[in-house]
Amino acid sequence: MAKNTSKTEKKGALSIKNVTKIYDPTGVNVMAVDNCSMEIAAGEVCMIVGPSGCGKTTLLNAIAGFHSITEGSIHLDGELLCGPERPKAEQSAERMVVFQHGALFPWKTLQENVAYGPTVQKALSPSQAMEKGGQMLAEAGLGNFIKKFPGEVSSGMARRAEIVRALINNPKVLLLDEPYRAMDALTKQIMHESLLETYDRTGVTIFFITHDLEEAIFLGDKVHIVTTRPCQLKKTVEVKIPRPRSYETQSSEKFRKLLVEVNDAVHEEAVKAFKAGEREMA
Amino acid sequence: MNSSANTTTVAPEGFNLFIYRVKKKFTGPDPYLTVAGVFLWLFTYWVLCEGLEIWRFTKLPGPVAISKDWFSTTPFQGISIFTAEYYDHISVSCQRILIAFGIATGLGVPLGLFMGWSRSIRDYLFPVIELLRPIPILAWVPLSILLLPGFEGPVIFLATLASFFVTTLNAMLGVDSIDEEYFRAAGCLGSSRWDVFKNVVVPGALPFIFTGLQISIGVAWFSLVAAEMVSGDLGLGYLIVDAYMNNVTVPMVIAMITLGFIGYFSSACVRALGDKLMGWHVKELAQQGR
Ligand SMILES: Nc1ncnc2c1ncn2[C@@H]1O[C@H](COP(=O)(O)OP(=O)(O)O)[C@@H](O)[C@H]1O
Ligand SMILES: [Mg+2]
Repeated sequence: MAKNTSKTEKKGALSIKNVTKIYDPTGVNVMAVDNCSMEIAAGEVCMIVGPSGCGKTTLLNAIAGFHSITEGSIHLDGELLCGPERPKAEQSAERMVVFQHGALFPWKTLQENVAYGPTVQKALSPSQAMEKGGQMLAEAGLGNFIKKFPGEVSSGMARRAEIVRALINNPKVLLLDEPYRAMDALTKQIMHESLLETYDRTGVTIFFITHDLEEAIFLGDKVHIVTTRPCQLKKTVEVKIPRPRSYETQSSEKFRKLLVEVNDAVHEEAVKAFKAGEREMA
Repeated sequence: MNSSANTTTVAPEGFNLFIYRVKKKFTGPDPYLTVAGVFLWLFTYWVLCEGLEIWRFTKLPGPVAISKDWFSTTPFQGISIFTAEYYDHISVSCQRILIAFGIATGLGVPLGLFMGWSRSIRDYLFPVIELLRPIPILAWVPLSILLLPGFEGPVIFLATLASFFVTTLNAMLGVDSIDEEYFRAAGCLGSSRWDVFKNVVVPGALPFIFTGLQISIGVAWFSLVAAEMVSGDLGLGYLIVDAYMNNVTVPMVIAMITLGFIGYFSSACVRALGDKLMGWHVKELAQQGR
């Protein structure tokens, strides 16, 4: 388990090699990912951009261990997660997922939610976990809400708490699936700032799915543009805007240029996906 | 940096909250409508039986005759709030319901949860339960009398059976209703299978379970009374048939009304217990304005 991840020796290099995923090969036979490869360096913020229904979530689920892959392999820091002999990765707290619709347990308070991971992993005693959870929520600006249930706080706060729930386990990789999708632009800005702040503090590797191009460039070190289904890597755009980044960056010349570059690549795919009538699941 | 909580006003608590709720209740039209509705019913009833004495309704005791007996220290037809017999019937029925509902819940909830949680347990048991469930409760009467000794056994068995099926099915559907993402989140966070059961399956199914329990306590009353009417020695159901057989109609109606009140009260208790156990659910619904 990843403990005491210091800023100097970064962990969480993901290597995705020739991954193919076919849903139900004998039945419906949907090829969601086809021979897709990408390398994600340790401590990198890697943004995945592609049209809806192209197979991004499928790829993330394979890394997280929610389902098997049909071919290829995925390694984390050189260790095999899934491959030919073991098609389904084991779920583990080193790869924490933040879900598209939010998956804080609605029957637990924010504090209990955050304390849950360390408690069931027996990394901390329940009371220690609660204490640490409360502390981390307070650091994330949620100190007044630790006793609230997720249904009682705003979606932005819930999402922030969910990220705290992930980070308390010292994960190597944070997997985020369109976490800010349903949010208004202003809340999104606040969420971006807090995610960047978290990243600067922890240096955790981030695998972030989005189809908001500005979000992708603003947050990412690299933007991987993937094709419409079946998902393949189409183009990688490196974002060489120094950190820490602030909102002024978004109006800079460099940012605009990158946006055009990414947009060019993704637009073509979006048109294809639209014509094919792709739809996402879940 | 974060000072959004300062603007919220202090919510009323304790006694003040109670006063606030009572006030709020009586400012809306609902309580007046309820009172008006009850009076309208009673009035119609009275007109039919005692006011105009419409054909056939003369066989029924009207509201005046019933309340005279019900609240009399010396009731004509033997049952009133001052007779011990009345309370004997009530307490026997209530005891049976407590036992039957307790057994049904104690068996049904875990069984339903396990069936929802584990594919193999479901495959094993669900078809059998589905096969037994549609058999009407009265069809079980002969079998239960053959199988179980005395009066208590069959009556409690019949009341348990119906409510057991409802509870089991609802608990299982409750597990089915839990969003897959909660299971995934629990898996990521390092839960064992048992952790998932305790922290996701049970609380996630609770809203469905309590909906089921509210129905199941109603079903328990329903089948208890049916059972008492067929094979009983005491209890409100027995009182109804007994009164009918002896041509005393007032106790019959008193027993019916009493059943209505107790049934209403028992559902309310189950609902209150559910709200207490599921604070999160109540608050979530409140946020959505419900
Ligand atoms: N369980 C499944 N069974 C069959 N097809 C699926 C399943 N899950 C997703 N798909 C299909 O795979 C494709 C990719 O889905 P997904 O990975 O959710 O796309 P997105 O890039 O929008 O996240 C879609 O065409 C979807 O319909
Ligand atoms: Mg998706």
